[in-house]
Amino acid sequence: MRKKRNYKLEILGIFLALIWLAPFYLMLVNSFKSKREIFTNTISLPETWNLDNYIEAFQELDFLRTLFNSLLITVSSVVLIIIFSAMAAYALSRVKSKISTVLFFTFVAAMLIPFQSVMIPLVTVFGRFEMLNQGGLIFMYIGFGASLSIFLYHGALNNIPKSLDEAATIDGANRFQVFWFIIFPILKPITVTVAILNIIWIWNDYLLPSLVINTPGSETIPLKMFFFFGEYTKQWHLAMAGLTLAIVPVIIFYFFAQRSIIKGVSDGAVK
Amino acid sequence: MRTKDISYWLFLAPVLIALFLVVVVPMLLGVYYSFTSWNGIVTGDFVGLQNYINLFKDERFMDALWFTTKFSVVSVILINVIGLSLALLVTSYLKTSKLLRTIFFMPNLIGGLILGFIWQFIFIKVFAGVGEMIGMESLQGWLSTTETGFWGLVILMSWQMAGYIMVIYIAYLEGMPKELLEASEIDGASTVQRFRYIVFPLVAPGFTVSMFLTLSNAFKLYDQNLSLTGGGPFNSTEMVAMEIFKTAFTQNDFAFAQAKAVVFFIIVAIIALLQVYFNKRKEVEM
Repeated sequence: MRKKRNYKLEILGIFLALIWLAPFYLMLVNSFKSKREIFTNTISLPETWNLDNYIEAFQELDFLRTLFNSLLITVSSVVLIIIFSAMAAYALSRVKSKISTVLFFTFVAAMLIPFQSVMIPLVTVFGRFEMLNQGGLIFMYIGFGASLSIFLYHGALNNIPKSLDEAATIDGANRFQVFWFIIFPILKPITVTVAILNIIWIWNDYLLPSLVINTPGSETIPLKMFFFFGEYTKQWHLAMAGLTLAIVPVIIFYFFAQRSIIKGVSDGAVK
Repeated sequence: MRTKDISYWLFLAPVLIALFLVVVVPMLLGVYYSFTSWNGIVTGDFVGLQNYINLFKDERFMDALWFTTKFSVVSVILINVIGLSLALLVTSYLKTSKLLRTIFFMPNLIGGLILGFIWQFIFIKVFAGVGEMIGMESLQGWLSTTETGFWGLVILMSWQMAGYIMVIYIAYLEGMPKELLEASEIDGASTVQRFRYIVFPLVAPGFTVSMFLTLSNAFKLYDQNLSLTGGGPFNSTEMVAMEIFKTAFTQNDFAFAQAKAVVFFIIVAIIALLQVYFNKRKEVEM
């Protein structure tokens, strides 16, 4: 049964989409305006498409370095989370014992703990051991990110028959070989989901890095965003250019991985 | 592989160590510190329940708790209504369906901090400008009062999260057997009846997930709160997460902040468990 397209709904949809995009439109058009022009008009297109704000914001944010820091932290953390959680989930799913059940339950229970509840002792303890640096931050991301990732991998692993492991073992593969060469490749769809969920979270995270690596030169993009929002003065024209710069990498990522992103987020929430 | 095999523990070691040092130890230490007069350096004396007694008398914390509760209730309702509506819209046969999904979901990829700054600009500059243009007094001075700060946060959060919740509802709507809808149509059910008796019960499990997600996200909100209102004016739009942060790092009252953090954990955990429990009973067996 084919349905006819409903034009009223179509128009409603487009109207809503424009509302949804309005904040981005406002950010973009004002990023080209001078301080004076923003004061008189915030809605229309800029008088001239002047790049001065971008040049200044780019320098003030030390943008390339900041971008590199964000990439470094996100990529290293996500790669390690994937490797370690997949391994852990494999052990927990292949060995059905009381210990496995207790450990799995511990990981799931850890998801209930809000960051603020562990934040203060975490920072004090890691501070005492001189671990408030990029390495310490990556280690913390593994601790906070492992739970959900293990949970997702565990679900997928339960659907992979054990006979596959056994066959490979008979052929002479050891535990690590079985996992890396036979099982891990089959887990690819769930690895994509795990990667996407962790990338979105870590890339945008503000509070944890603000406590751990807030030193000149190692800031990530979110940490730098406060630059234009002083206590008393706000440099709106520079802020809009800076915010646009910060969003561009995310939009590029979204453009190329749109399908996997929406699927990943939906799978991550529903499972 | 068995529990006593070394390979079992080798596979588990990295995450166990990380979880232990990053979550378990700080959580246990935190609970312990909340019963002391810890100041970040010296553990201090054991003070029993004193921090917890003080916390219920702390007006600023109780205000933040109340503000957070109001905010969460309003946001959960709005986000789920808007999210479900968007999901129903984009799953009806539209040419622009794919594009619409992409657009509605987009704010979720961008950090709450950045979104808060963009909306701060909109509420303060754009609202004022438009208000002047069309002569609407009520668009002036947004975020400078508690009420506009509250609605500012609600608008920001709904705009951001509706697309996320939409994606979840879409997953349930698309998993719905088409024959059921077609059969009901042939039997002469109206659109409202179809929604009430077929779509709604089948999407019910989606409510578990969505309500749980929005409620816990709203209750734990920090980044958006920080960048949109910063808690102002006069700390009146401060939510619990921010209040805990300020008690710890602005007032340096570590033990007191930690007691608040433990209460915060208990509330978040209760919400999560209750929600799952109540919604589990409503789900349709398929």
